[in-house]
Amino acid sequence: MHFVVCLKQVPDTSEVRIDPKTNTLMREGVPSIINPYDAHALEEALALRDKAGGKVTVLSMGPPQAVDSLRKAVSLGADEAILLSDRAFAGSDTLATSYILAQALEKIRQEQGIDLVLCGKQAIDGDTAQVGPGIARRLDIPQLTYVIKVDWIKEGEIQVHRKLEDGREVARAKLPALLTVEKELNEIRYATFPNMLRAAKYEPLVWGADKFHLSPAEMGLKGSPTSVSRIFAPPGRTGGEQIMAIDDPGSAAISLVGKLFQQNIIMVHPIARGGRD
Amino acid sequence: MRAVEEFDVIVVGAGPAGLAAAMTAVRNGMKTIVIERGEFPGAKNVMGGVLYTQPTSRLIPEFYQEAPLERPVVEQRYAFLEGDNAFTAGYRAPAWADPPYNAHTVLRAKFDRWLAKKAEAEGVLIITETVVEDLLYKGDAVVGVRTGRAEGDVRGKVVILAEGVNALIAKKAGLHTQLGPEHVAVAVKEIISLPREKIEDRFCLEEGQGATLELLGGATAGMIGTAFIYTNQDSLSVGIGCLLSEMVKRQANPNDLLERLKAHPFVRKLIQGGETKEYMGHLIPEGGYKAIPKMYRQGVMVVGDAGMLVNGIHREGSNLAMVSGMAAGEVAAGAINSHDLSEQSMKLYQDRLKETFVLKDLYKYRNSAHLFEENPQFFTTYPEILSGAAREFFTVDSMPKADKQKKIWKMVTGKRAKGDLIRDMWKLWRTMG
Ligand SMILES: Cc1cc2nc3c(=O)[nH]c(=O)nc-3n(C[C@H](O)[C@H](O)[C@H](O)COP(=O)(O)OP(=O)(O)OC[C@H]3O[C@@H](n4cnc5c(N)ncnc54)[C@H](O)[C@@H]3O)c2cc1C
Repeated sequence: MHFVVCLKQVPDTSEVRIDPKTNTLMREGVPSIINPYDAHALEEALALRDKAGGKVTVLSMGPPQAVDSLRKAVSLGADEAILLSDRAFAGSDTLATSYILAQALEKIRQEQGIDLVLCGKQAIDGDTAQVGPGIARRLDIPQLTYVIKVDWIKEGEIQVHRKLEDGREVARAKLPALLTVEKELNEIRYATFPNMLRAAKYEPLVWGADKFHLSPAEMGLKGSPTSVSRIFAPPGRTGGEQIMAIDDPGSAAISLVGKLFQQNIIMVHPIARGGRD
Repeated sequence: MRAVEEFDVIVVGAGPAGLAAAMTAVRNGMKTIVIERGEFPGAKNVMGGVLYTQPTSRLIPEFYQEAPLERPVVEQRYAFLEGDNAFTAGYRAPAWADPPYNAHTVLRAKFDRWLAKKAEAEGVLIITETVVEDLLYKGDAVVGVRTGRAEGDVRGKVVILAEGVNALIAKKAGLHTQLGPEHVAVAVKEIISLPREKIEDRFCLEEGQGATLELLGGATAGMIGTAFIYTNQDSLSVGIGCLLSEMVKRQANPNDLLERLKAHPFVRKLIQGGETKEYMGHLIPEGGYKAIPKMYRQGVMVVGDAGMLVNGIHREGSNLAMVSGMAAGEVAAGAINSHDLSEQSMKLYQDRLKETFVLKDLYKYRNSAHLFEENPQFFTTYPEILSGAAREFFTVDSMPKADKQKKIWKMVTGKRAKGDLIRDMWKLWRTMG
């Protein structure tokens, strides 16, 4: 099977130390890391490959320095790494980024097939959670977001557990599919020494804008309509009620419909009520 | 199974000693790997620090054209503190602001990283975030190192230990004994950010130039050690280091010493308004010549701080590290080329070092550690005498100068008897002269 992991290099916000006395940020030498959620996506891909066989390719869009994260992925056991890097990509928002990544994935799909694409649920430097779903939509493949467990994967199908706001959902999808993953999905492995050696010498493939099919209007600043006007934490959702339907779906349905009527969310049409008008 | 890769030279530690050794080995055609436990080379480094141009140029000619350096040092100053007072002396040479320079201030996190990139460009393989746990033996012969990673044995012909002051691997290999508290200094340091112009104004510097200030006497509360302030581009390195044995004796805490220093009237104004960006601590091996461990055995050499190669009196360490690394790199290549990895073959490394300033300087000061330990007056009474004499000398109070000189001499002999003074000067001359 062919697993492709999309990963982003981000500044390590946990390494920005706080000076205990002045409470200021100490930024000296803050390293870049693989976006933590993406690291779990990679781990899952590696674990699935180790079980099911096949290969893991990592794909990243970013500046030339992002090879560091790709090498790191190779040190953890990825088989191949591709960096999408071009001045023309600079300034891409989530729309343009998912376009560029999807076009690169399309090329990989045509050349060697893809069974599963894995992404982190979001990047810690933007927190949008839009790129994974954007890719799935463009590739026209099923997406399973917020994955916390992969039950199994076999030829043509996968079953996972998704984390919902309260509770979890067991979902199945046809392959190829795209997952976006949560941190609790797995524990990240330590690199073996031979893989560290391989990574130190590894030269990732670098694809510029001329290496795959792209339309200039959809990438970089031109392809990025987003403008951020304000950043804030949204208020938590309030109210609502849960009706558990696992043990007795029948009475749960009756109770649900009853409540919908009570709150006038659905109404009985006068004709159905037997009225004459 | 992948075939197990074998290296000619394995270097443990990517500080200046290890990187110099690795670059030299690669230049001599050796397949070389450096294994570093930090996230990147320099990540854990604490050096003050002053980097000396000439020794560094021996490794990379004209490195100053591209290396990330802070400021060329044009002035070196000393201040002997006594109470709130200070006796200062120094030397300034504007020509040191231009090539070929004498020294630069550096931040090692940046410099070591750059040096490592240079080494990689020349063909050195550097593996980070990996701890070497022990040497690998086949019978008695060293055949590589064991790392803390899975499938972590690495095969090599010669191992160069450049692991810094703690020297755990050297100890395991019987090349290093446990350091006593009289052999190491504990140093703490802060990086305090300040605008460039403020730094230049406060230290009377032209744009871009740098200065060093070492503080003695009261600065270390009379303990054997020094405090320092070095100018970086937009920060100051402010630190203090004292012999561990002294700290233990006085139950002193390095953080308190640093805070005390920062509050001293002579220092306070220099750092005023600055913001502490980083705080770090480290050991400095200061045992001197007599504490140098055995530096070689079959297939192994010890370089830099791991071999106690620090000249505390002249604040030199990184240069001794690089020069010893280069010597070891050459000897390793020679030994491998002549298929002789015996202990005798490695001994050549020590013989070479004896011909360089590294061991010559340390030999010259071989008695200094002992001298200062046995004669604490050099760090207590003498700064007081200097300060007191200067105070009298500069105080204008209508006393005739001849009387004043007598008064000064009386003050001096009051603090230290004439016979002791002569003996002290003789001792100092004998060890340092
Ligand atoms: C506060 C302070 C100020 C100083 N000021 C100056 C100055 O102004 N000028 C000067 O020339 N010198 C100065 N020195 C001394 C100088 O820093 C050292 O002499 C020099 O760094 C020694 O270089 P090294 O390569 O031997 O060791 P280090 O620079 O200590 O490097 C050793 C490396 O080995 C790695 N390592 C250790 N054990 C292992 C292991 N088991 N496996 C893998 N990796 C390992 C460490 O992570 C480290 O990166 C100062 C030191 C201190 C502490």
